[in-house]
Amino acid sequence: MRRQIPLALCFIAGLFMAVQYFIPHPTVQDTYEIVLGWLQTLLAFAFLLGTVSLIRMHFHKIRNRADDRAFSWVTLLGLVSMIGLGFLHPQHQLPGSPFNLMFLNVQVPIEATMFSLLAFYIASAAFRAFRARTLEATLLLVAACIVMLGRVPIGDLIHESIPAATQWILNVPNLAAKRGVMIGVGLGMMATSLKIILGIERAWMGGSD
Amino acid sequence: MNVFEKMLSIDRRWIFLAIGIAVIVPFFFPLGLPVVVTPPVESLYDAVDEIHPNDAPLLLSIDYAPATLPELEPMAMAILRHAFEKDVNVVVMTLHPAGYGLAERAMLDAAEEMGQEYGTDYCFLGFQPGTSAVILGMGVNIATVFPEDAYGTPLAEIPMMEGVRNYDDIPLVISLAGWSAAEAWVYYAYQPFGQAVGAGVTAVMATDFYPYLSSNQLVGLLGGMRGAAEYEMKIDNPDKGVQGMDSQSIIHIMIIILIVAGNIAYFGARRRKKLEEAEAA
Repeated sequence: MRRQIPLALCFIAGLFMAVQYFIPHPTVQDTYEIVLGWLQTLLAFAFLLGTVSLIRMHFHKIRNRADDRAFSWVTLLGLVSMIGLGFLHPQHQLPGSPFNLMFLNVQVPIEATMFSLLAFYIASAAFRAFRARTLEATLLLVAACIVMLGRVPIGDLIHESIPAATQWILNVPNLAAKRGVMIGVGLGMMATSLKIILGIERAWMGGSD
Repeated sequence: MNVFEKMLSIDRRWIFLAIGIAVIVPFFFPLGLPVVVTPPVESLYDAVDEIHPNDAPLLLSIDYAPATLPELEPMAMAILRHAFEKDVNVVVMTLHPAGYGLAERAMLDAAEEMGQEYGTDYCFLGFQPGTSAVILGMGVNIATVFPEDAYGTPLAEIPMMEGVRNYDDIPLVISLAGWSAAEAWVYYAYQPFGQAVGAGVTAVMATDFYPYLSSNQLVGLLGGMRGAAEYEMKIDNPDKGVQGMDSQSIIHIMIIILIVAGNIAYFGARRRKKLEEAEAA
């Protein structure tokens, strides 16, 4: 029963969500609306699960006196202080609240800084790793240079054909490759969904099968 | 050590320094490079421009996090300025938990600048978890997904939301995202409900969206800071997007030079090594 009930629920829910799309009857659509509400509630629990998992991981690191436990302290302090600010301030969502100020003045600059470091590493990697060793690598390299030039105003100034070549690369070879990948992924998703709905694929229930 | 080997062993901190200077200097000494508007941006601009003033609202989903803020916030500001200038009502929301504060900031800054009033010209729905469920649910009834706005006012009490029930009452959705949210809008709003969707995404993601653009599943696309700059040019209000284009132009040129120099050094060193081995043999 421990296996049959989840499998039956999965089959009914999967079949209903697929079939409701083709049945405009009010009863079906009302049920669909209720199911969407449940789905949203279930997905909200993912945040809770993530938070608990994060706390457990860092708590274990601190308890086991791991070498990098200082970072775990920072993570947990950040988590607790932001949750605390959220709960303590009755209107934490309003502009100018301590929660909002911490977010805009601490989290935003930190995340933006981390992401902007990529520019430095990309430049260094471009010099050290981007080699025209094979025909494919050379094609990729040439296409990348054209697109890089065509996506900035200086490309228009160098030659008027550069933006046109960029648009061609994006609209023809890029589009063809992306469509092929997307169709493949779509078919794969359909096959996997069918396998889950029909109970052939059972890894989501845990265990080895 | 020959010249090629010296080039290959250059300390990468010199590259970092050069990149840093190239990014910062144009902010103090702008080059004023001209920005040409491309068709995907033109289409999105036209779609916003065609929305009737003080009528059905534009839904702007500000789905970015702080990491992609420099590329995507200029897009949000440009679109909001355009809509407010045309007296188009705007509903702002986010599908990213970290997008709440950023969406609110962009919305309030643009509204204050353009003299717009909350509740009659724009409103903020805030964040709800569950991307696909939120988008699908809004297609049935927005009030079931967002019973009240971000500040606790029931949607029924917000004047501009009167008569706005679902996507039938929204002429255009624009998602600004540094992750798969913009694709989710295509999958769950365009496909089942026929909702017109536009997108603004980071430059590295832009190539992924050309299939949707080509099949008219997207009405328009802003790709990276260049997309924001083009939109700013369209509304005749150059700001951070246009300002960033000078730095980006120089950085792209530098990266191309680094690629070429790296290849010259690599193949030069390899050739020299082969010659030395042949001589030794």
